[in-house]
Amino acid sequence: MSRPWRRPRLGTDADRATFRTLHTASLASPALREGLTEDSAERSIRHLRALLGAPALAITDTAGLLSWDGTGDHHADRVTALAAEAVERGDTRVFDRSDLPCEETGCPIRTAVVSPLVVEERVVGTLQAFAPYHTAGLARAADEVARWVSGQLELAELDASRTRLMEAEVRALRAQISPHFIYNSLGAIASFVRTDPDRARDLLLEFADFTRYSFRRHGEYTTLAEELRSVERYLLLEQARFGDRLRVTLAIAPEVLPVAVPFLCIQPLVENAVRHGLEGGTGQGHIRIGASDRGQECVIEVEDDGIGEDPDKVRRALAGDAALDSVGLGNVDARLRNAYGDEHGLVVETAPGAGTKVTVRVPKFAPGVHV
Amino acid sequence: MTLDAAPGIVAVALVTVATLAIGTWGLRFSRTTSDFFVASRSVNPRLNATAIGGEYLSAASFLGVAGLLLTFGADMLWYPVGWTAGYLVLLVLVAAPLRRSGAYTLPDFAEARLGSQGVRRLCSLLVVAIGWLYLFPQFQGAGLTLRATVGAPAWLGPLIVGAIVLAGVTSGGMRSITFVQAFQYWLKLTALLLPAAVLLAVWAGDGRPRAAVHDAAWSLPLADGGGQGLYLTYSLIAATFLGTMGLPHVVVRFYTNPDGGAARRTTLVVLALLGLFYLVPPVYGALGRVYADDLEGRSDVLVLELPRLMVDGGPGHVLTGLVVAGAFAAFLSTSSGLAIAVAGVLSQDVVGRRGRLDGVAAFRLAAVVAVAVPCVVAVGLPDVSVARAVGLAFAVAASTFCPLLLLGIWWRRLTDVGAVLGLVVGFVGSGTAVVWTLADGGGSGWGAALLTQPAAWSVPLAFAAMVLGSLATPQRVPAHTGRFLVRLHAPEALPLQR
Repeated sequence: MSRPWRRPRLGTDADRATFRTLHTASLASPALREGLTEDSAERSIRHLRALLGAPALAITDTAGLLSWDGTGDHHADRVTALAAEAVERGDTRVFDRSDLPCEETGCPIRTAVVSPLVVEERVVGTLQAFAPYHTAGLARAADEVARWVSGQLELAELDASRTRLMEAEVRALRAQISPHFIYNSLGAIASFVRTDPDRARDLLLEFADFTRYSFRRHGEYTTLAEELRSVERYLLLEQARFGDRLRVTLAIAPEVLPVAVPFLCIQPLVENAVRHGLEGGTGQGHIRIGASDRGQECVIEVEDDGIGEDPDKVRRALAGDAALDSVGLGNVDARLRNAYGDEHGLVVETAPGAGTKVTVRVPKFAPGVHV
Repeated sequence: MTLDAAPGIVAVALVTVATLAIGTWGLRFSRTTSDFFVASRSVNPRLNATAIGGEYLSAASFLGVAGLLLTFGADMLWYPVGWTAGYLVLLVLVAAPLRRSGAYTLPDFAEARLGSQGVRRLCSLLVVAIGWLYLFPQFQGAGLTLRATVGAPAWLGPLIVGAIVLAGVTSGGMRSITFVQAFQYWLKLTALLLPAAVLLAVWAGDGRPRAAVHDAAWSLPLADGGGQGLYLTYSLIAATFLGTMGLPHVVVRFYTNPDGGAARRTTLVVLALLGLFYLVPPVYGALGRVYADDLEGRSDVLVLELPRLMVDGGPGHVLTGLVVAGAFAAFLSTSSGLAIAVAGVLSQDVVGRRGRLDGVAAFRLAAVVAVAVPCVVAVGLPDVSVARAVGLAFAVAASTFCPLLLLGIWWRRLTDVGAVLGLVVGFVGSGTAVVWTLADGGGSGWGAALLTQPAAWSVPLAFAAMVLGSLATPQRVPAHTGRFLVRLHAPEALPLQR
């Protein structure tokens, strides 16, 4: 900013002061967007103090001090008491010398402005500005900065709830193993109990393993090998029910088995394929599952030769229209986009009567994605 | 000439057709099945190790080592020793953590470890540079082979191999299919071992003659050269021991292992397989001293010429055909592996990022660039020794990716600034040596020695730059370092809260 040839373009002194303020605020905002913690307070407090121009600044949560910046930190032990009062009252309070006993000569801290930080109408902490003497300007500025910080913390809350929503969707997907599937599987197994007890036993074990995997609690990602193993169990159970009507072909390149994929991202696609492939009619259904190695990427395809679907309907399902039958599809699509970016969404090729082919492209490596 | 050329032409044609055919149709045979539970069967360490061996054993191993031994004697045994022992360093320090990092390529590792796009881009550049430096001698070896066996002009070989590799890579037929690469290893071993056994029998039948010119310097390491010779040897050791982990086409193969333990087992098998293979080229070198002393000027063709020089008539032609087939397989497998690695990086980090091309078109364009550049260089610089050029690729890899991997895996204070500094210092240092060598820098004395084998000074320099740069910027240590390193070093079975 000190470069002389640029100065005329930056406007008046007032303009420049505005720019400076906005810039300082932008420096503080990334830390605050992570929520109110000791770490984020530590990283943002310097910039906030610059905004206020106060000799000392403290940030607290409702329990105690998170960070102190500036001179006179022998006052830090009073901070909790001041915070408690502001939290209780829920508005900005000014404290004078009597509240800040001090024996050091020349200590610049004689008065404090304490503003609450409010997130969704709940006080989560305070911002405390300390100064030699009280001015209305400082009180106003502290109040405004506290309000801005509250805004940032609210955004942080929003980010967190978006993540929680994603997690909830995965959980919902886990709970989505359809009651029909459970009922039909158990029915099919029961029919084998007398005629082929060994097979019935094997199928029950498969069923147990399948549910254990689907209800697994930890981890957002899994390996393609694990996911395909679960798909195989699912298909074994479906085959027990449909017998020869359901034909399955797998063509899996062993090189891509260790690729990390979002948990339960293939199984819903196969479930859709089985449903479409065998729906309406007593004919055969043929399902093909393929995974191939394309260098930096792995391509997974799930294909059926069933009744197909209206492309418009699929488009609406992918957009998240919950009224449609294939909730799983939209959910898988959203999670793939979330993990790898928009160019890695589901690709669905279908037409009425022409079968359906769903393609997933998963990069072998993406930052933040690991098992 | 026509009779002499016949076995070579037949061998080249057979290998080409076989490789393209397996690449195109092998996929269908090996994959399509309605049998359940194939899906959970991942590539086992032995097969994967054989595939690594097949992709790794290049023209330098197949032709270069024997030629260097013939010319320079026992010192050159450090090449095969180093090319094998590089996997020992990989096994002990890198294999399992690298697999656990989830990285597919070296730039992926840099990004995951340091969280920096800048370091990623620099690593991509280095992958391309090392890939080209390694590809160029492969194409050159192809030129030598065709000239020696068919009598084709030197520029034809690089163009033919380049065209075949390009056709295979762009059509998708020559992707690094584990099964095909594993087959290549056994082909190369057979093509080298079988003739060697026959030639040894012939030599024994001749009454075990000794070399006509007996020369103590040839059979004794460090016989002449003194301090410089010692420096050259240590430098060679540093480059080969530490360079293997930085080769782009080797690293991507480790991704195929299901976990860190399997990565270690794979590396162990690779060590055994390479140890077995590298026993054979010295046999050619030693026999060459007896039967082919006049080849000194063009020693790279020793392996191809020796069978014809020692065995007359039909059997000689068969053996020649076998060796040519092995050599050609070596060019094809190594260069297609490298071309895929380089093209992958180019298409992802260069073409794909700016262009409006979709994935396949971007990859094809990148593959053309990846193959064309070293091809042109190989035509333009036909006289650089194959093994030496590969040695330079190792030196660059050792001076750049080795510090990044070792410090990235074992040192928690590494920062992006330090990494960039180390990579640049290492690359400029070893790169200067490469340019000097390729520009036919001659001369003797310490200056020439330092530039012929730069690794002994460029590797420590790169380490120092990386460490100092990191120590100077402690505030830039990535926040996730602790978590990431735990993931690298903890066995998968540990129930960590990941």
